[in-house]
Amino acid sequence: MKDWTTGAATMLFQHCRACDAVWYFARDFCPHCGGPAPEQRTGSGRGRVYAVTTVTRAPSPALRALAPYRIALVDMEEGFRAMTHAAEDVAIDDLVQTRFVPFGDLVIPWCKRWERGA
Amino acid sequence: MLVALRHAKWCLTLPGNRLPYCILRAADPAGEGRELSWITGVGLTPFGRLEGRTTLDLMSDAASAALADAGLRRDEVDGLITGYSTTLPHLMLSTVFAEHFGLTPHYAHGVQLGGATGFATVMLAHELVAAGRLRHVLVVAGENRMTGQSRDAAIQTLAQVGHPRYEVPLGPTIPAYYGLVASRYMHETGTTAEDLAELAVLMRSHAALHPGAQFREPISVADVLGSKPIAAPLRILDCCPVSDGGAAVVVSRDRTGEAGVRIIGCGQAHTHQHVSAAASLASFGTATAAARAGLGTRVALADLRYAAIYDSFTITLAILLEELSLAPRGGAGALARDGHFGRDGAMPLNTHGGLLSYGQCGVGGAMAHLVETQLQMTGRAGPRQVRDASLALLHGDGGVLSSHVTLLLEQAR
Repeated sequence: MKDWTTGAATMLFQHCRACDAVWYFARDFCPHCGGPAPEQRTGSGRGRVYAVTTVTRAPSPALRALAPYRIALVDMEEGFRAMTHAAEDVAIDDLVQTRFVPFGDLVIPWCKRWERGA
Repeated sequence: MLVALRHAKWCLTLPGNRLPYCILRAADPAGEGRELSWITGVGLTPFGRLEGRTTLDLMSDAASAALADAGLRRDEVDGLITGYSTTLPHLMLSTVFAEHFGLTPHYAHGVQLGGATGFATVMLAHELVAAGRLRHVLVVAGENRMTGQSRDAAIQTLAQVGHPRYEVPLGPTIPAYYGLVASRYMHETGTTAEDLAELAVLMRSHAALHPGAQFREPISVADVLGSKPIAAPLRILDCCPVSDGGAAVVVSRDRTGEAGVRIIGCGQAHTHQHVSAAASLASFGTATAAARAGLGTRVALADLRYAAIYDSFTITLAILLEELSLAPRGGAGALARDGHFGRDGAMPLNTHGGLLSYGQCGVGGAMAHLVETQLQMTGRAGPRQVRDASLALLHGDGGVLSSHVTLLLEQAR
């Protein structure tokens, strides 16, 4: 299955059938219990912002043309945390919805607020 | 008798109780317990723009100084531990250096643990010496990180500590990873940008008295808050620079001269690699590593007199100080403002100016903290000398507060 890292406009995560753990970085085993053949699931893209920054000093000339851009860590409702780009007004604790937008030659996750956090 | 006392040390260990620590010293007056090692020599180059000096040049400069300080010849060094260099990536940096410098060690090892490497190499040297395997271990690092590559190359190389598939494509930098950390830590603790700025101001004021420091011009909190934004909330004066430089220490089984500084505890903790995979950005492995080194058991927090804490960013320093209980949660900046961490304060901190102002050449960056600590503990810090550095806590981190190393050093009578 493809996800945004391989050109599809979707975010995948993994689930362990044995211990019910979920995580984001793909592997062919469960990092919690070692169980084999984790299940691939498609994320809803909904979550709560855990941390957010604005990158002003980009790492390369190509990315400098796109700066400033905002990067967030989002706690997704399925129980995993993912790094995304974020809209300008997104703040910690906001509830957000992820979409997939162009960034240079890539399509990347980008989140937008749908409810202000407490 | 010695064995009995050493067992007693563990039996009597209680948090906050100084007795076990006294017994350790009593049982081991000459280090025959082999739980100890001595830092018999130190060497440090200036940090900053050292045009034309290569990784091997800078490592050699620091190693020569450390061997001279320890009073050792090359053929007396039986162990060699190096870090890595981004400008000299090599499968075998330790033996590349050994050949260049003229060493034929019994043991050689290059360690790679990001910013934690400096103290991890020293911990490894200590363990090998304490185990009786080696007599004199040269620990050396150096890199022309500033002039040996373009600024973009340095920034891109460092950003690769991010996850290659799930993080790096989003265009983060090391400051961005720490900007994420800072946003969360400030949200949970009430730490402000002004609080963080106090730590940058403090490091700069300390560097003013070190002729080798990269940045010696005084700065104010307003200067930090008005400096160029890099990765919010971090501004350029919240970030350590990229520098050229080298640092080395010799870790020995026995004293080689008057210097009486010994390592009495080491610990590590590794909780994650990538910022996305950290369980929390408000609690890290810092205190776990310190406890494994013996802080709170063999060594009481209240007995500490000097602190050498990794300061890649102001937020790093704030978090590590607070995680180590050297400051209350959210209170590191206020303590710095009150002079607590100054040369004449209750807990002098990074009196050479730290990474933030002495400079950051990679692995040698943390080792500069150790060199300064040894100079303080041997009364050789000149105008920076503190009144009492008899018991020191050193702590470094690598990655995104992912890997932690604590060292505890004691001044021998």
